[in-house]
Amino acid sequence: MFQKVLIANRGEIASRVIRTCKRMNIKSVAVYSEADAEAPFVSEADEAHLIGPARVNESYLQVEKIINVAKETGAEAIHPGYGLLSENVDFARRCREENIVFIGPDADVIEKMGSKLAARKSMEAAGVPIIPGTNEPLETPEEGIKLANEMGYPVMLKASAGGGGIGMQIVHSDDELTKAFEGNSRRAEQFFGDGTMFMEKVVENAHHIEIQVLADHDGNTLHLFERECSIQRRHQKVVEEASSPLLTEQTRSEMGDAAVRAAKSINYKNAGTIEFLADEDQNFYFLEMNTRLQVEHPVTEEITGVDLVEQQLRIANGESLSFKQEDLKIDGHAIEVRIYSEDPETFFPSPGTITAFEAPTGDHVRNEVAVKANYQVTPYYDPMIAKLIVKGNNRDEAIGHLKEALSAYKVEGIKTNIPLLQKIVENQSFKDGQTRTSFIDEHIKK
Amino acid sequence: MSEVIANMAGNVWKVVVKEGDSIDSGQDVVILESMKMEIPIAAEASGSIKELKVNEGDFVNEGDVIAVIE
Repeated sequence: MFQKVLIANRGEIASRVIRTCKRMNIKSVAVYSEADAEAPFVSEADEAHLIGPARVNESYLQVEKIINVAKETGAEAIHPGYGLLSENVDFARRCREENIVFIGPDADVIEKMGSKLAARKSMEAAGVPIIPGTNEPLETPEEGIKLANEMGYPVMLKASAGGGGIGMQIVHSDDELTKAFEGNSRRAEQFFGDGTMFMEKVVENAHHIEIQVLADHDGNTLHLFERECSIQRRHQKVVEEASSPLLTEQTRSEMGDAAVRAAKSINYKNAGTIEFLADEDQNFYFLEMNTRLQVEHPVTEEITGVDLVEQQLRIANGESLSFKQEDLKIDGHAIEVRIYSEDPETFFPSPGTITAFEAPTGDHVRNEVAVKANYQVTPYYDPMIAKLIVKGNNRDEAIGHLKEALSAYKVEGIKTNIPLLQKIVENQSFKDGQTRTSFIDEHIKK
Repeated sequence: MSEVIANMAGNVWKVVVKEGDSIDSGQDVVILESMKMEIPIAAEASGSIKELKVNEGDFVNEGDVIAVIE
Protein backbone atom coordinates (compact mmCIF):
# COMPACT_ATOMS: atom_id res chain seq x y z
CA MET A 1 0.00 0.00 0.00
CA PHE A 2 1.04 3.61 -0.54
CA GLN A 3 3.05 5.23 2.26
CA LYS A 4 1.96 8.77 1.42
CA VAL A 5 -0.94 10.23 -0.58
CA LEU A 6 -1.46 13.85 -1.66
CA ILE A 7 -5.04 15.14 -1.69
CA ALA A 8 -5.51 17.62 -4.54
CA ASN A 9 -8.70 19.11 -3.17
CA ARG A 10 -10.17 21.11 -0.30
CA GLY A 11 -13.05 21.22 2.16
CA GLU A 12 -15.01 18.25 3.41
CA ILE A 13 -13.79 15.83 0.73
CA ALA A 14 -10.16 16.50 1.67
CA SER A 15 -11.04 15.75 5.31
CA ARG A 16 -12.91 12.62 4.22
CA VAL A 17 -9.94 11.21 2.29
CA ILE A 18 -7.51 12.11 5.07
CA ARG A 19 -9.69 10.16 7.54
CA THR A 20 -9.45 6.91 5.56
CA CYS A 21 -5.73 7.46 4.97
CA LYS A 22 -5.20 7.75 8.74
CA ARG A 23 -7.15 4.52 9.34
CA MET A 24 -5.00 2.74 6.73
CA ASN A 25 -1.76 4.19 8.17
CA ILE A 26 -1.12 6.22 5.03
CA LYS A 27 0.45 9.65 5.52
CA SER A 28 -1.56 12.46 3.96
CA VAL A 29 -0.38 15.64 2.25
CA ALA A 30 -2.80 18.56 1.91
CA VAL A 31 -2.41 21.43 -0.52
CA TYR A 32 -4.25 24.67 0.22
CA SER A 33 -4.84 28.21 -1.00
CA GLU A 34 -4.32 31.40 1.01
CA ALA A 35 -8.08 31.56 1.59
CA ASP A 36 -8.07 28.07 3.13
CA ALA A 37 -5.18 28.50 5.59
CA GLU A 38 -7.55 28.10 8.56
CA ALA A 39 -9.67 25.32 7.04
CA PRO A 40 -9.99 22.12 9.11
CA PHE A 41 -8.53 19.84 6.40
CA VAL A 42 -5.23 21.75 6.49
CA SER A 43 -4.55 20.89 10.13
CA GLU A 44 -5.93 17.35 9.83
CA ALA A 45 -3.36 16.29 7.21
CA ASP A 46 0.09 15.07 8.21
CA GLU A 47 1.63 17.76 6.00
CA ALA A 48 0.13 20.84 4.37
CA HIS A 49 1.58 23.00 1.61
CA LEU A 50 0.45 26.44 0.44
CA ILE A 51 0.04 26.44 -3.35
CA GLY A 52 -1.26 29.92 -4.16
CA PRO A 53 -3.92 32.62 -3.82
CA ALA A 54 -7.62 32.09 -3.26
CA ARG A 55 -8.76 31.79 -6.87
CA VAL A 56 -8.86 28.15 -8.01
CA ASN A 57 -7.05 28.84 -11.27
CA GLU A 58 -4.14 30.24 -9.25
CA SER A 59 -4.08 27.41 -6.70
CA TYR A 60 -6.20 24.23 -6.85
CA LEU A 61 -6.09 24.08 -10.66
CA GLN A 62 -2.31 24.63 -10.82
CA VAL A 63 -1.31 21.22 -12.13
CA GLU A 64 2.45 21.76 -12.05
CA LYS A 65 2.49 23.21 -8.53
CA ILE A 66 0.54 20.22 -7.22
CA ILE A 67 2.74 17.72 -9.08
CA ASN A 68 5.82 19.46 -7.62
CA VAL A 69 4.45 19.21 -4.07
CA ALA A 70 3.83 15.49 -4.63
CA LYS A 71 7.40 15.01 -5.86
CA GLU A 72 8.96 17.10 -3.09
CA THR A 73 7.01 15.35 -0.34
CA GLY A 74 7.46 11.85 -1.77
CA ALA A 75 3.72 11.25 -2.23
CA GLU A 76 3.32 8.15 -4.41
CA ALA A 77 -0.31 8.83 -5.33
CA ILE A 78 -2.76 11.72 -5.67
CA HIS A 79 -6.42 11.55 -4.68
CA PRO A 80 -8.27 14.27 -6.63
CA GLY A 81 -11.58 14.23 -4.66
CA TYR A 82 -14.46 15.59 -6.74
CA GLY A 83 -14.64 18.77 -8.85
CA LEU A 84 -11.43 20.75 -9.44
CA LEU A 85 -8.88 18.40 -11.13
CA SER A 86 -10.77 15.15 -10.52
CA GLU A 87 -11.83 14.76 -14.15
CA ASN A 88 -8.99 16.75 -15.70
CA VAL A 89 -7.39 14.65 -18.42
CA ASP A 90 -4.16 16.66 -18.53
CA PHE A 91 -3.69 16.28 -14.78
CA ALA A 92 -4.22 12.52 -14.91
CA ARG A 93 -1.70 12.30 -17.77
CA ARG A 94 0.87 14.47 -15.96
CA CYS A 95 0.60 12.21 -12.92
CA ARG A 96 1.32 9.19 -15.10
CA GLU A 97 4.30 10.94 -16.75
CA GLU A 98 5.76 11.67 -13.33
CA ASN A 99 5.17 8.11 -12.12
CA ILE A 100 2.62 9.30 -9.57
CA VAL A 101 -0.50 7.16 -9.27
CA PHE A 102 -3.68 9.09 -10.12
CA ILE A 103 -6.42 7.64 -7.90
CA GLY A 104 -9.07 7.30 -10.57
CA PRO A 105 -9.53 5.80 -14.02
CA ASP A 106 -7.19 6.14 -17.01
CA ALA A 107 -6.95 9.57 -18.62
CA ASP A 108 -8.36 8.20 -21.88
CA VAL A 109 -11.51 7.01 -20.12
CA ILE A 110 -11.94 10.36 -18.34
CA GLU A 111 -11.61 12.08 -21.71
CA LYS A 112 -14.19 9.86 -23.36
CA MET A 113 -16.76 10.27 -20.58
CA GLY A 114 -16.01 14.00 -20.21
CA SER A 115 -17.75 14.60 -23.49
CA LYS A 116 -21.44 13.95 -22.93
CA LEU A 117 -21.91 13.44 -26.65
CA ALA A 118 -19.12 10.84 -26.89
CA ALA A 119 -20.48 9.17 -23.74
CA ARG A 120 -23.97 8.92 -25.30
CA LYS A 121 -22.50 7.16 -28.34
CA SER A 122 -20.42 4.76 -26.19
CA MET A 123 -23.35 3.83 -24.03
CA GLU A 124 -25.64 3.31 -26.99
CA ALA A 125 -23.04 0.97 -28.45
CA ALA A 126 -22.89 -0.91 -25.13
CA GLY A 127 -26.64 -1.46 -25.19
CA VAL A 128 -27.38 0.97 -22.36
CA PRO A 129 -30.64 2.92 -22.94
CA ILE A 130 -30.05 6.60 -23.78
CA ILE A 131 -32.48 9.53 -23.79
CA PRO A 132 -33.86 10.28 -27.29
CA GLY A 133 -31.82 13.16 -28.67
CA THR A 134 -28.94 14.20 -30.91
CA ASN A 135 -25.70 12.26 -31.13
CA GLU A 136 -23.97 14.98 -33.17
CA PRO A 137 -23.14 18.58 -32.15
CA LEU A 138 -25.76 21.24 -32.86
CA GLU A 139 -24.06 23.83 -35.02
CA THR A 140 -26.77 26.51 -35.00
CA PRO A 141 -29.97 27.39 -33.11
CA GLU A 142 -31.89 26.80 -36.37
CA GLU A 143 -30.65 23.22 -36.50
CA GLY A 144 -31.80 22.82 -32.89
CA ILE A 145 -35.23 24.26 -33.68
CA LYS A 146 -35.71 21.80 -36.55
CA LEU A 147 -34.84 18.82 -34.32
CA ALA A 148 -36.86 20.14 -31.38
CA ASN A 149 -39.93 20.37 -33.59
CA GLU A 150 -39.38 16.78 -34.70
CA MET A 151 -38.98 15.56 -31.11
CA GLY A 152 -41.55 17.89 -29.58
CA TYR A 153 -40.96 20.44 -26.81
CA PRO A 154 -39.85 20.61 -24.06
CA VAL A 155 -36.27 19.65 -24.82
CA MET A 156 -33.10 19.92 -22.74
CA LEU A 157 -30.32 21.93 -24.35
CA LYS A 158 -26.97 20.74 -23.02
CA ALA A 159 -23.28 21.55 -23.25
CA SER A 160 -21.28 18.48 -24.22
CA ALA A 161 -18.50 19.47 -21.80
CA GLY A 162 -20.87 20.79 -19.13
CA GLY A 163 -21.23 19.90 -15.48
CA GLY A 164 -22.80 21.21 -12.29
CA GLY A 165 -25.79 22.45 -14.24
CA ILE A 166 -23.71 24.92 -16.24
CA GLY A 167 -24.61 25.12 -19.91
CA MET A 168 -27.91 23.26 -19.64
CA GLN A 169 -31.46 24.55 -19.88
CA ILE A 170 -34.95 23.24 -20.50
CA VAL A 171 -36.57 25.05 -23.43
CA HIS A 172 -40.23 25.08 -24.42
CA SER A 173 -40.32 27.04 -27.69
CA ASP A 174 -38.35 28.13 -30.76
CA ASP A 175 -37.77 31.59 -29.24
CA GLU A 176 -36.52 30.18 -25.97
CA LEU A 177 -34.22 27.81 -27.82
CA THR A 178 -32.66 30.62 -29.87
CA LYS A 179 -31.92 32.65 -26.72
CA ALA A 180 -30.75 29.67 -24.67
CA PHE A 181 -28.44 28.33 -27.39
CA GLU A 182 -26.16 31.38 -27.55
CA GLY A 183 -26.04 31.97 -23.79
CA ASN A 184 -25.38 28.38 -22.80
CA SER A 185 -22.84 27.81 -25.53
CA ARG A 186 -20.95 30.95 -24.44
CA ARG A 187 -21.07 29.93 -20.79
CA ALA A 188 -19.84 26.41 -21.57
CA GLU A 189 -17.00 27.89 -23.62
CA GLN A 190 -16.03 30.14 -20.69
CA PHE A 191 -16.23 27.46 -18.00
CA PHE A 192 -15.06 24.38 -19.88
CA GLY A 193 -13.32 25.72 -22.99
CA ASP A 194 -15.82 23.91 -25.21
CA GLY A 195 -19.14 25.41 -26.28
CA THR A 196 -20.40 22.32 -28.17
CA MET A 197 -24.15 21.91 -27.63
CA PHE A 198 -26.53 19.00 -28.09
CA MET A 199 -30.13 18.26 -27.24
CA GLU A 200 -32.16 15.62 -25.43
CA LYS A 201 -35.89 15.08 -25.03
CA VAL A 202 -37.05 16.03 -21.51
CA VAL A 203 -38.00 12.94 -19.53
CA GLU A 204 -41.24 13.94 -17.81
CA ASN A 205 -41.70 13.31 -14.07
CA ALA A 206 -38.15 12.03 -13.91
CA HIS A 207 -36.17 10.67 -11.01
CA HIS A 208 -32.39 11.14 -11.05
CA ILE A 209 -31.00 7.77 -10.04
CA GLU A 210 -27.36 6.75 -10.24
CA ILE A 211 -25.46 3.52 -9.76
CA GLN A 212 -22.12 3.36 -7.92
CA VAL A 213 -19.62 1.03 -9.54
CA LEU A 214 -16.22 -0.30 -8.51
CA ALA A 215 -13.85 -1.95 -10.98
CA ASP A 216 -10.37 -3.38 -10.38
CA HIS A 217 -7.48 -4.15 -12.74
CA ASP A 218 -8.30 -7.86 -12.81
CA GLY A 219 -11.56 -7.45 -14.67
CA ASN A 220 -13.85 -7.47 -11.62
CA THR A 221 -16.61 -4.89 -12.03
CA LEU A 222 -19.51 -4.66 -9.62
CA HIS A 223 -22.18 -2.21 -8.53
CA LEU A 224 -23.12 -1.00 -5.07
CA PHE A 225 -26.79 -0.33 -5.83
CA GLU A 226 -28.34 3.05 -6.48
CA ARG A 227 -28.62 6.54 -5.06
CA GLU A 228 -31.71 8.65 -5.62
CA CYS A 229 -30.57 12.25 -6.16
CA SER A 230 -33.70 13.84 -7.61
CA ILE A 231 -34.15 16.76 -5.23
CA GLN A 232 -32.10 19.54 -6.77
CA ARG A 233 -31.95 23.31 -7.00
CA ARG A 234 -30.29 25.03 -9.98
CA HIS A 235 -29.64 21.52 -11.38
CA GLN A 236 -27.47 20.76 -8.34
CA LYS A 237 -28.31 18.08 -5.83
CA VAL A 238 -29.60 18.93 -2.35
CA VAL A 239 -30.90 15.62 -0.98
CA GLU A 240 -29.59 12.14 -1.84
CA GLU A 241 -30.70 8.80 -0.52
CA ALA A 242 -30.11 5.09 -0.83
CA SER A 243 -32.19 3.20 -1.75
CA SER A 244 -34.44 4.98 -4.24
CA PRO A 245 -38.10 5.09 -3.16
CA LEU A 246 -39.05 4.66 -6.84
CA LEU A 247 -37.38 1.43 -7.88
CA THR A 248 -38.76 -2.07 -7.83
CA GLU A 249 -36.32 -4.91 -7.14
CA GLN A 250 -36.45 -5.84 -10.81
CA THR A 251 -35.54 -2.33 -12.04
CA ARG A 252 -32.82 -2.06 -9.38
CA SER A 253 -31.28 -5.24 -10.72
CA GLU A 254 -31.63 -4.15 -14.37
CA MET A 255 -30.04 -0.75 -13.67
CA GLY A 256 -27.19 -2.39 -11.77
CA ASP A 257 -26.56 -4.75 -14.68
CA ALA A 258 -26.68 -1.86 -17.18
CA ALA A 259 -24.16 0.15 -15.09
CA VAL A 260 -21.75 -2.78 -14.89
CA ARG A 261 -22.12 -3.34 -18.64
CA ALA A 262 -21.44 0.36 -19.24
CA ALA A 263 -18.30 0.37 -17.06
CA LYS A 264 -16.96 -2.82 -18.63
CA SER A 265 -17.55 -1.53 -22.15
CA ILE A 266 -15.11 1.34 -21.61
CA ASN A 267 -12.63 -0.74 -19.58
CA TYR A 268 -13.32 1.39 -16.51
CA LYS A 269 -11.10 1.10 -13.40
CA ASN A 270 -11.59 2.53 -9.88
CA ALA A 271 -14.82 4.06 -8.47
CA GLY A 272 -17.31 5.63 -10.83
CA THR A 273 -20.98 6.43 -11.17
CA ILE A 274 -23.42 5.91 -14.00
CA GLU A 275 -26.21 8.51 -13.79
CA PHE A 276 -29.66 7.71 -15.15
CA LEU A 277 -33.03 9.40 -15.45
CA ALA A 278 -35.94 7.10 -14.64
CA ASP A 279 -39.62 7.72 -15.27
CA GLU A 280 -42.65 6.67 -13.23
CA ASP A 281 -42.96 3.52 -15.34
CA GLN A 282 -39.45 2.39 -14.34
CA ASN A 283 -37.98 3.12 -17.78
CA PHE A 284 -34.43 4.39 -17.33
CA TYR A 285 -32.00 6.24 -19.60
CA PHE A 286 -28.26 6.98 -19.40
CA LEU A 287 -27.53 10.59 -18.49
CA GLU A 288 -23.76 10.75 -17.94
CA MET A 289 -20.89 9.03 -16.19
CA ASN A 290 -18.90 10.60 -13.36
CA THR A 291 -15.37 9.21 -13.39
CA ARG A 292 -14.60 10.03 -9.76
CA LEU A 293 -15.83 9.76 -6.20
CA GLN A 294 -19.06 11.73 -5.76
CA VAL A 295 -20.32 14.13 -3.12
CA GLU A 296 -23.12 11.72 -2.21
CA HIS A 297 -20.92 8.62 -1.81
CA PRO A 298 -21.63 8.38 1.97
CA VAL A 299 -25.19 7.09 1.49
CA THR A 300 -23.83 4.12 -0.45
CA GLU A 301 -21.21 3.55 2.24
CA GLU A 302 -23.91 3.60 4.92
CA ILE A 303 -26.14 0.96 3.30
CA THR A 304 -23.34 -1.36 2.09
CA GLY A 305 -20.69 -0.97 4.82
CA VAL A 306 -18.04 -0.44 2.11
CA ASP A 307 -15.53 2.43 2.51
CA LEU A 308 -15.36 3.71 -1.06
CA VAL A 309 -12.21 5.77 -0.48
CA GLU A 310 -10.45 2.67 0.86
CA GLN A 311 -11.53 0.74 -2.24
CA GLN A 312 -10.26 3.55 -4.47
CA LEU A 313 -6.88 3.42 -2.74
CA ARG A 314 -6.70 -0.38 -2.97
CA ILE A 315 -7.67 -0.47 -6.65
CA ALA A 316 -5.16 2.27 -7.46
CA ASN A 317 -2.56 0.19 -5.62
CA GLY A 318 -3.30 -2.72 -7.96
CA GLU A 319 -5.25 -4.85 -5.47
CA SER A 320 -8.21 -6.99 -6.44
CA LEU A 321 -11.63 -6.31 -4.97
CA SER A 322 -11.98 -8.54 -1.91
CA PHE A 323 -15.75 -9.04 -2.33
CA LYS A 324 -18.11 -10.12 -5.05
CA GLN A 325 -21.48 -8.84 -6.23
CA GLU A 326 -23.33 -11.51 -4.24
CA ASP A 327 -21.55 -10.42 -1.03
CA LEU A 328 -23.18 -6.98 -1.21
CA LYS A 329 -26.53 -6.49 0.52
CA ILE A 330 -28.58 -3.37 1.23
CA ASP A 331 -28.71 -2.70 4.96
CA GLY A 332 -31.23 -0.04 6.05
CA HIS A 333 -31.82 3.37 4.47
CA ALA A 334 -29.52 6.42 4.38
CA ILE A 335 -30.22 10.06 3.49
CA GLU A 336 -27.69 12.84 2.88
CA VAL A 337 -28.46 16.55 2.78
CA ARG A 338 -26.02 19.18 1.59
CA ILE A 339 -25.64 22.23 3.79
CA TYR A 340 -25.05 25.24 1.53
CA SER A 341 -24.10 28.77 2.56
CA GLU A 342 -26.91 30.40 0.63
CA ASP A 343 -30.24 32.11 1.03
CA PRO A 344 -32.81 29.30 1.45
CA GLU A 345 -35.39 31.08 -0.75
CA THR A 346 -33.44 32.84 -3.50
CA PHE A 347 -30.50 30.36 -3.48
CA PHE A 348 -28.17 33.39 -3.68
CA PRO A 349 -24.70 32.74 -2.19
CA SER A 350 -24.09 33.89 1.37
CA PRO A 351 -20.36 34.14 2.08
CA GLY A 352 -19.26 35.55 5.44
CA THR A 353 -17.90 34.58 8.84
CA ILE A 354 -19.46 31.66 10.72
CA THR A 355 -19.80 32.94 14.27
CA ALA A 356 -21.10 29.69 15.76
CA PHE A 357 -21.11 26.14 14.39
CA GLU A 358 -22.43 22.96 15.95
CA ALA A 359 -23.19 19.78 14.00
CA PRO A 360 -25.64 17.26 15.43
CA THR A 361 -24.40 14.06 17.06
CA GLY A 362 -25.91 10.65 17.68
CA ASP A 363 -25.71 6.98 16.71
CA HIS A 364 -27.60 7.48 13.46
CA VAL A 365 -25.78 10.64 12.37
CA ARG A 366 -22.65 11.15 10.25
CA ASN A 367 -21.18 14.57 9.52
CA GLU A 368 -18.79 15.54 6.74
CA VAL A 369 -17.79 19.10 7.55
CA ALA A 370 -15.62 21.71 5.82
CA VAL A 371 -15.92 24.56 8.34
CA LYS A 372 -15.82 25.45 12.04
CA ALA A 373 -16.75 28.32 14.34
CA ASN A 374 -15.05 31.65 13.57
CA TYR A 375 -14.31 30.46 10.04
CA GLN A 376 -14.65 32.69 7.01
CA VAL A 377 -16.64 31.26 4.11
CA THR A 378 -15.24 33.01 1.04
CA PRO A 379 -16.96 33.62 -2.32
CA TYR A 380 -14.19 31.77 -4.17
CA TYR A 381 -15.49 28.22 -3.91
CA ASP A 382 -18.62 26.09 -4.04
CA PRO A 383 -21.20 27.07 -1.37
CA MET A 384 -21.33 23.60 0.21
CA ILE A 385 -20.01 23.82 3.77
CA ALA A 386 -21.05 20.43 5.15
CA LYS A 387 -23.03 17.25 4.57
CA LEU A 388 -25.34 15.62 7.07
CA ILE A 389 -25.95 11.90 6.64
CA VAL A 390 -28.44 9.85 8.66
CA LYS A 391 -29.27 6.16 8.68
CA GLY A 392 -32.35 4.23 9.79
CA ASN A 393 -33.63 0.68 9.54
CA ASN A 394 -36.06 1.93 6.90
CA ARG A 395 -36.90 5.19 5.07
CA ASP A 396 -39.41 6.46 7.63
CA GLU A 397 -36.93 5.96 10.42
CA ALA A 398 -34.18 7.73 8.46
CA ILE A 399 -36.51 10.70 7.80
CA GLY A 400 -37.22 10.88 11.54
CA HIS A 401 -33.50 10.96 12.33
CA LEU A 402 -32.98 13.63 9.66
CA LYS A 403 -35.69 15.84 11.08
CA GLU A 404 -34.18 15.58 14.55
CA ALA A 405 -30.61 16.17 13.33
CA LEU A 406 -31.57 19.23 11.26
CA SER A 407 -33.28 20.80 14.27
CA ALA A 408 -30.02 20.37 16.23
CA TYR A 409 -27.84 21.86 13.47
CA LYS A 410 -26.52 25.29 14.41
CA VAL A 411 -24.82 27.66 11.96
CA GLU A 412 -24.70 31.37 12.81
CA GLY A 413 -23.25 34.38 10.98
CA ILE A 414 -24.19 33.28 7.44
CA LYS A 415 -27.42 32.20 5.81
CA THR A 416 -27.77 28.49 5.08
CA ASN A 417 -30.27 26.27 3.28
CA ILE A 418 -31.20 24.44 6.51
CA PRO A 419 -34.71 26.02 6.53
CA LEU A 420 -35.21 24.72 2.96
CA LEU A 421 -34.07 21.23 4.02
CA GLN A 422 -36.49 21.33 6.95
CA LYS A 423 -39.35 22.21 4.57
CA ILE A 424 -38.41 19.26 2.35
CA VAL A 425 -38.29 16.81 5.26
CA GLU A 426 -41.69 18.00 6.49
CA ASN A 427 -43.29 17.73 3.04
CA GLN A 428 -45.79 14.91 2.65
CA SER A 429 -44.79 14.21 -0.95
CA PHE A 430 -41.19 13.74 0.20
CA LYS A 431 -42.37 11.41 2.95
CA ASP A 432 -44.34 9.49 0.32
CA GLY A 433 -41.24 9.11 -1.85
CA GLN A 434 -42.50 11.42 -4.61
CA THR A 435 -38.99 12.78 -5.12
CA ARG A 436 -39.03 13.91 -8.73
CA THR A 437 -36.43 16.30 -10.16
CA SER A 438 -39.13 18.98 -10.24
CA PHE A 439 -39.75 18.56 -6.48
CA ILE A 440 -38.49 21.97 -5.30
CA ASP A 441 -40.34 23.85 -8.06
CA GLU A 442 -43.53 21.90 -7.39
CA HIS A 443 -43.59 21.75 -3.62
CA ILE A 444 -41.21 24.24 -2.03
CA LYS A 445 -40.62 27.35 -4.15
CA LYS A 446 -43.25 30.01 -3.71
CA MET B 1 -29.62 60.17 -8.20
CA SER B 2 -29.86 56.44 -7.63
CA GLU B 3 -27.25 53.92 -6.51
CA VAL B 4 -26.74 50.39 -7.79
CA ILE B 5 -25.93 48.23 -4.77
CA ALA B 6 -24.32 44.76 -4.57
CA ASN B 7 -26.80 42.34 -3.04
CA MET B 8 -24.10 39.79 -2.21
CA ALA B 9 -20.36 39.53 -1.80
CA GLY B 10 -18.48 38.44 -4.88
CA ASN B 11 -16.12 39.26 -7.69
CA VAL B 12 -17.09 41.59 -10.51
CA TRP B 13 -17.04 39.18 -13.43
CA LYS B 14 -18.26 41.56 -16.13
CA VAL B 15 -19.06 45.29 -16.30
CA VAL B 16 -21.86 45.61 -18.85
CA VAL B 17 -22.05 49.44 -19.07
CA LYS B 18 -19.64 52.37 -19.13
CA GLU B 19 -19.82 55.86 -17.66
CA GLY B 20 -22.11 58.13 -19.67
CA ASP B 21 -24.28 55.27 -20.99
CA SER B 22 -28.05 55.69 -20.88
CA ILE B 23 -29.68 52.89 -18.98
CA ASP B 24 -33.23 51.65 -18.34
CA SER B 25 -34.55 50.41 -15.05
CA GLY B 26 -34.03 46.64 -14.92
CA GLN B 27 -31.03 46.69 -17.25
CA ASP B 28 -27.90 44.85 -16.07
CA VAL B 29 -25.01 47.00 -14.85
CA VAL B 30 -22.53 44.35 -13.77
CA ILE B 31 -22.45 40.57 -13.39
CA LEU B 32 -21.08 39.35 -10.08
CA GLU B 33 -19.58 35.91 -9.60
CA SER B 34 -19.80 34.26 -6.22
CA MET B 35 -19.55 30.61 -5.17
CA LYS B 36 -19.60 29.44 -8.79
CA MET B 37 -22.79 31.37 -9.53
CA GLU B 38 -23.24 34.38 -11.84
CA ILE B 39 -25.63 37.03 -10.55
CA PRO B 40 -26.57 40.02 -12.74
CA ILE B 41 -27.00 43.26 -10.81
CA ALA B 42 -29.56 45.52 -12.48
CA ALA B 43 -30.32 49.22 -12.22
CA GLU B 44 -33.45 50.09 -10.25
CA ALA B 45 -33.89 53.43 -12.02
CA SER B 46 -33.50 54.78 -15.54
CA GLY B 47 -30.95 57.50 -16.32
CA SER B 48 -27.32 57.76 -17.29
CA ILE B 49 -24.33 56.16 -15.57
CA LYS B 50 -22.68 59.06 -13.73
CA GLU B 51 -20.04 57.02 -11.95
CA LEU B 52 -18.89 53.39 -12.09
CA LYS B 53 -17.24 52.43 -8.83
CA VAL B 54 -15.96 48.98 -9.81
CA ASN B 55 -13.76 47.35 -12.43
CA GLU B 56 -13.79 43.78 -13.71
CA GLY B 57 -11.96 41.56 -11.22
CA ASP B 58 -12.77 43.76 -8.20
CA PHE B 59 -14.19 42.18 -5.05
CA VAL B 60 -17.33 43.74 -3.57
CA ASN B 61 -19.11 43.16 -0.28
CA GLU B 62 -22.88 43.03 0.15
CA GLY B 63 -24.11 46.63 0.32
CA ASP B 64 -21.22 48.16 -1.64
CA VAL B 65 -22.12 50.82 -4.21
CA ILE B 66 -21.41 49.58 -7.74
CA ALA B 67 -22.56 52.58 -9.76
CA VAL B 68 -24.34 55.91 -9.47
CA ILE B 69 -27.17 56.72 -11.90
CA GLU B 70 -28.17 60.31 -12.62
